[in-house]
Amino acid sequence: MTVRSTRRLIIATAALALAAPSAVWAQNKVSLGVAIPAATHGFTGGIVWWANEAKKELEKAHPDLKITIKTAANAGEQANQLQDLVSATKINALVVFPFESAALTKPVAQVKSKGVYVTVVDRGLTDTSAQDAYVAGDNTAFGKIPADYLAKALGGKGNIVALRGIATTLDNERMDAFNSVMKNHPDIKLLDAKYGNWNRDDAYKVMQDYLTRFKQIDAVWAADDDMAVGVLKAIDQAKRSDIRIVFGGAGAKGMVKTLMDGKDPRIQADVSYSPKFIYDAIKLTAEARLKGEKLPPTTIIPSVLITKDNAKSFYFPDSPF
Amino acid sequence: MRPEPATDRFSWARLHALGPIAGLVLLCIAGTLLNPEFATLDNAMNVLTRTAFIGIIAVGMCFVIISGGIDLSVGSMAALIAGAVILAMNALGEAGWGGTTVVAVGMGFALLLGALFGLAHGLLITRGRIEPFIVTLGTLGIFRAYLTYFSNGGAITLENSLADAYSPVFYGSVLGVPAPVWVFALVALVGALILNRTAYGRYVQAIGSNEQVARYAAVDVDRIKVLTYMLLGVCVGIATLLYVPRLGSASPTTGILWELEAIAAVIVGGTALKGGAGSITGTVVGAVLLSVISNILNLTSIISVYLNAAVQGFVIVVVAFLQRRRR
Repeated sequence: MTVRSTRRLIIATAALALAAPSAVWAQNKVSLGVAIPAATHGFTGGIVWWANEAKKELEKAHPDLKITIKTAANAGEQANQLQDLVSATKINALVVFPFESAALTKPVAQVKSKGVYVTVVDRGLTDTSAQDAYVAGDNTAFGKIPADYLAKALGGKGNIVALRGIATTLDNERMDAFNSVMKNHPDIKLLDAKYGNWNRDDAYKVMQDYLTRFKQIDAVWAADDDMAVGVLKAIDQAKRSDIRIVFGGAGAKGMVKTLMDGKDPRIQADVSYSPKFIYDAIKLTAEARLKGEKLPPTTIIPSVLITKDNAKSFYFPDSPF
Repeated sequence: MRPEPATDRFSWARLHALGPIAGLVLLCIAGTLLNPEFATLDNAMNVLTRTAFIGIIAVGMCFVIISGGIDLSVGSMAALIAGAVILAMNALGEAGWGGTTVVAVGMGFALLLGALFGLAHGLLITRGRIEPFIVTLGTLGIFRAYLTYFSNGGAITLENSLADAYSPVFYGSVLGVPAPVWVFALVALVGALILNRTAYGRYVQAIGSNEQVARYAAVDVDRIKVLTYMLLGVCVGIATLLYVPRLGSASPTTGILWELEAIAAVIVGGTALKGGAGSITGTVVGAVLLSVISNILNLTSIISVYLNAAVQGFVIVVVAFLQRRRR
C-alpha cells in the first residue's frame, strides 16, 4: 500500500512539474525576474502584493518590460526557481528577496555569472560579489527609533518589556540597536525580551505571562504590528492600566489606521518598515535597466517614525498588510 | 520470554499510567519554586484557557490515533475554519443580521465545516483507500493555501461590532472559571464517556488493536473510521469557535504546528501511536503539561530564550520515558 501510494505520488508530482508553464519572453528588451517568499504571514503577504502592484504599473508604462514573479515556500524551492528563470524565462535582470542569506548566495552567484543584472532585497548575501545592487529596509533604525521614542516618552525612567520575532540576523540587528540606545538610559529597565515569532497568538501568550510576572510595566516594545495586536488583547483581558505605551513596528494598515483615528491611547507612534521596498526595488531596477544604467551598490529605504501627523502617507487600504 | 507474575505487571501498568501526572506535578513544583506567581489562580486560569484549543483538538485526535489513524491537517483546518467563519459572519453582519444571531450562526458554521472536512478525510481514507498520513498531509497544504488565498496573505479580521458581540465566548467566565475552560472540561468528559462507555468507543479501540479481527467480528470498520474523523473535525470546529473571539482575526500563521502539539499531547498522555489503547485523561494531562512548560519559561529568564524549544523537547522525552509501556 505505502509503496504503491508513494509511487503514485511521485508520478503525480512529475506530471505537475511537466505541466508547469514555461513562458519565453525573449523578444523583450528587459525581462525582469522577481523571486520572493510566498505569502505565509502579513509581511510576506505585503511583499507579494507590492510585487504584483509593481508588475501591473511598470508593464503598463514600459512596453519593453516583462516581469515574471515567482514565490517560494523555502530556500530550496527558491533556488530551483532561479534556475528556471534563467533557463526557461531567459531573464536579463533579477530582483531577489532571498529566503536565507547563506543558502541563496551560491544560486544567486550562478545567475549573475550568466550575465543577469542582480538586485538583492532585504537580506544581504554572505558574498556581496554575487550581487550588482542591494536594496534594503533599515533594521538598525527599526530598533533605534522605538528606543529613542520610548526613552523620551517615559522621561528616561520606567519598566519596558520587549518581544522579539524569530531568531534571525535581522531580529538581532533590531534588538542590538534597541539595547544600544537603552544603554544611555540607566533608569529604564528592560525587564525581558522573549520570542513571539511575529505572530499574534504567540505574542498574546508571552504578554499574558509578562503581565503575571511583572506588576509594573510602563511600556511594551512589541517590535511588530501583528504582535502588538496580541499584546493589546492580553493587556485588555488582564484589565491592566499601568501600560502607557505599546510600540509595534512595520506600519501595518490596521495599526496605521488606529494611529490616524487616535483610537487607542496606548498607540501613539510606529516605525515604518514597509513591504513596499520590494516595489521600490523592482521599479528602480527596471527603470535603470531600461536605460542601460546601473543602480548604486547599496540603497537603504529609510525607516521613519510614524505619528498621527504623517500616518496618512503610510496608509495603503488595499494592501493586505 | 519468561512469564512474569501478574501482580508485578499490574503495578507496572499503574505506575506508567501515573507518568504524565507525575511529570505535571513535578513541573508545577519547579514552576512555583522558580516564580511564586506561577501558583496563583490567575496564572492557572491563563494556562488552562490557552490549553483549551489544543486540548479540545487533542481529545478528538486521541480517538483518531486509538483507531490507528492520524490527522496532520488539524492546524490548517482550524485556520481555514476560522477564516471562513469570519468571512461569513462579516457578510451576514453587512446584510443587517443582529449580532447574537450572527455569532450563533458563525458558531454553527464552524461545527458544520469541521464535520464536513472530517467526513471528506474519512471517505478518502476508507473508500479511497489512501493512507491517512498522505490524505491529511495533502489537506494540510490545501486548507492553509485556501486561507492564505482568502486573506491575500494578510489577516481576515472580524468586524468590530461583531467582535464585541462574540467576545464573551472567549473572555466571559462562569463561577470565576473562563468559558473556554468549561468547554474544554465538557469536551474531555464527553470524550471519556464515549471512549469508555459506548459500543462506538469499544469499536474504535478494537479497530486500532487489530483491524482484521474487528472486521471478522462484524464491526462496520469503514463507518466507525469515518465517524472518528468527523468527531475530530467537530472538535477542531469547537476549538475554532473559541479561538475566533480571542483575537477576532485569522491569518496564515493561525494554528501553525497545532497538529504536532495535539499529537504530542495525545502521545505524552500515554496513548500508543500505533493505536489500540489510550486515555482521554492522559491526553488532557499531556495538553496541560505542554502549555505549562512554555508558561514556566515565560515566567523566568534563567534559560536562554534560544533554548526554549529544547526544554520543551527534553520534557516531552522524559515524560514519554516515564509512561512507556512494557512490550
